[in-house]
Amino acid sequence: MIFVEARAVTRWYHEWIAVLIALLLTVATASALLASLGLDPVSSLHRIFIRPLTSVYGVSELLAKATPLITIGVALALGFRAGVWNIGAEGQLVMGGLCGGAVALAFWGIDGFWVMPLVLLGGTLGGLVWGAIPAFLKVRFNANEILVSLMLTYVAILLLSVMVHGPLRDPEGFNFPESRLFHDAATLPKLFSAGRGHIGFIFAILFAVLGTWVVKYWHLGFEMRVTGLSTSAARFAGYSRDRTVWMALLIGGAVSGFAGVVEVTGNIGQLVPNISPSYGFTAIIVAFLARLHPLAVIPAGLLVALSYLAGEAAQLSLGVPAATTQVFQGLLLFFLLGTSLLVNYRIRLGRVV
Amino acid sequence: MEYGLFTSIIHAIVIASTPLVFAGLGALIQERAGVLNLGIEGLMIVGALAGFASALAGYPLIVSVFVAAFAGSALASIFALLVLRLYANPVATGLALTLFGLGLSALAGSQYVGQAAPQVAEWIIPGLNHIPVIGRAFFSHDPLVYLSIVMAGTMWWFLTKSRAGLILRAVGENHSSAHSLGFSVIGIRFLAILTGGALAGIGGAYLTLVQTPLFVEGMTAGRGWIALALVVFASWRPFRVIAGAYLFGGVSIVQLHGQALGISIAAQWLSMLPYLVTICALVIIASRVKGENSAPGSLGITFKESK
Repeated sequence: MIFVEARAVTRWYHEWIAVLIALLLTVATASALLASLGLDPVSSLHRIFIRPLTSVYGVSELLAKATPLITIGVALALGFRAGVWNIGAEGQLVMGGLCGGAVALAFWGIDGFWVMPLVLLGGTLGGLVWGAIPAFLKVRFNANEILVSLMLTYVAILLLSVMVHGPLRDPEGFNFPESRLFHDAATLPKLFSAGRGHIGFIFAILFAVLGTWVVKYWHLGFEMRVTGLSTSAARFAGYSRDRTVWMALLIGGAVSGFAGVVEVTGNIGQLVPNISPSYGFTAIIVAFLARLHPLAVIPAGLLVALSYLAGEAAQLSLGVPAATTQVFQGLLLFFLLGTSLLVNYRIRLGRVV
Repeated sequence: MEYGLFTSIIHAIVIASTPLVFAGLGALIQERAGVLNLGIEGLMIVGALAGFASALAGYPLIVSVFVAAFAGSALASIFALLVLRLYANPVATGLALTLFGLGLSALAGSQYVGQAAPQVAEWIIPGLNHIPVIGRAFFSHDPLVYLSIVMAGTMWWFLTKSRAGLILRAVGENHSSAHSLGFSVIGIRFLAILTGGALAGIGGAYLTLVQTPLFVEGMTAGRGWIALALVVFASWRPFRVIAGAYLFGGVSIVQLHGQALGISIAAQWLSMLPYLVTICALVIIASRVKGENSAPGSLGITFKESK
């Protein structure tokens, strides 16, 4: 009989062994899936996962996609450690993009070094407000933050749609639901000559470093960790649950908002009705893949970004829908969650004693 | 035969709301057992594809509905295994379920895009369908509409009148107490998840079998999330799920017909309403003193059997 028993000692490498097993299982299952579609797994996997990385353009695209994932993943890792389930990062990202984009359009045509910081600030505030709503409702009324932040995601997407169809529409755009292209002073510089990789990636790395600092050395990080591990211990230590909720959602909101404005000013260059292929939701996978360690969010974000590229490559070269990305992502998350049992428990063969 | 605009709109609202009733009930039964499953969207779309594939293969409606229910249950069993046996985080697992379901259905469904399922015949209820206006609006529908109402009634009976239903609620309210009374928390939750998966699958199948007899990737378009919101809106009561579903469905149809009804504001503002109403409902329910309308006590908390 197979059974699980709690480990007496948990070592740091147990976490990463579990992640490795999850990755291997994902590749194995994906291969089986591809084989069942009548495709050769090895060459298909090579074509969709390796080939996109063999050009400057591909790497640049990878960094562009990893930018929002890493940025948001860091903030979510902090919040999840505190046991605050901000599922609405997508909405906070959209609000960030919308508000930042609105600032960029308001100062359209004006040059000045101060325009870009103002745009970034606008986006960050937009996300902050969107994160503050579930925080307020949770603290004041004990309303479930998962559902409130989720509902607000849909509201944010609709709000963006109203704005690009109406007030923020390009006056010379033949009624297309798009804003004007942002001018140069409100556009983030690119990293390479090819692809869409932009300077936002550097910000994302800085966020990951800062996040690690907060978790490891700041009292705030410690407080959030304690609250997440045990609410009674946190109460005993005099930590306020409300404060943790506020901090987790405000940080999540502001950082996701920042990621949103960076996405529109660095990558898209204008406001369109659909500014994110679910980066805010996918960042949740990134946070879990990193086992909620902010620094590990960097490789996790790159890996998940690769799954987006792989989806596009799969569509082009294998003729399967781009949504196949989601199959990979879903499988990866299933296996990660399943194998995380191995961190604190071990599998034993034999009789239950 | 021509019907008035009003009748047509009510008729359309019923059609738009029925998938939400099924999916909402599917979420409700799980939440009453203490399981928060954010994967309803994934379960729905897999059910949508399974039901559609079965209808295209020429099977009758009843078989297609069972196929969809089975597909939903099968996918939900992955969630059950992870959450109940491997103690995985239910929030993340539900999300994974949604992603996986959306991806899998897109991958497997690409061959069906562009094909149309056979039309489902309406079951006109003799006598009642001759009532002016509401006769056409409420009593001449496909059988699944009636099934959705019967399901809600059955679930109400089950949860309030049957012994098994009371045990299920006990597990949802306080799993430790239920466990010490000798009930199998894991077993009951497992059954609740399978049932919920089946209902969500049928809800999805309604989209492809009746609403738009086509399959398009991602066609559930957030209905699974609305179903979750509905359950809160309905304060975990089956009949209120119907009311909530018809409200959500109503808003979505009114927004489509907004122009004809003389509403001149942008459709998006109307579309926001259900979500905003749900947030208000969440606040009202949560701010009340714990009692009749509050969430099941053990909702979303992992149960670990101590040996």
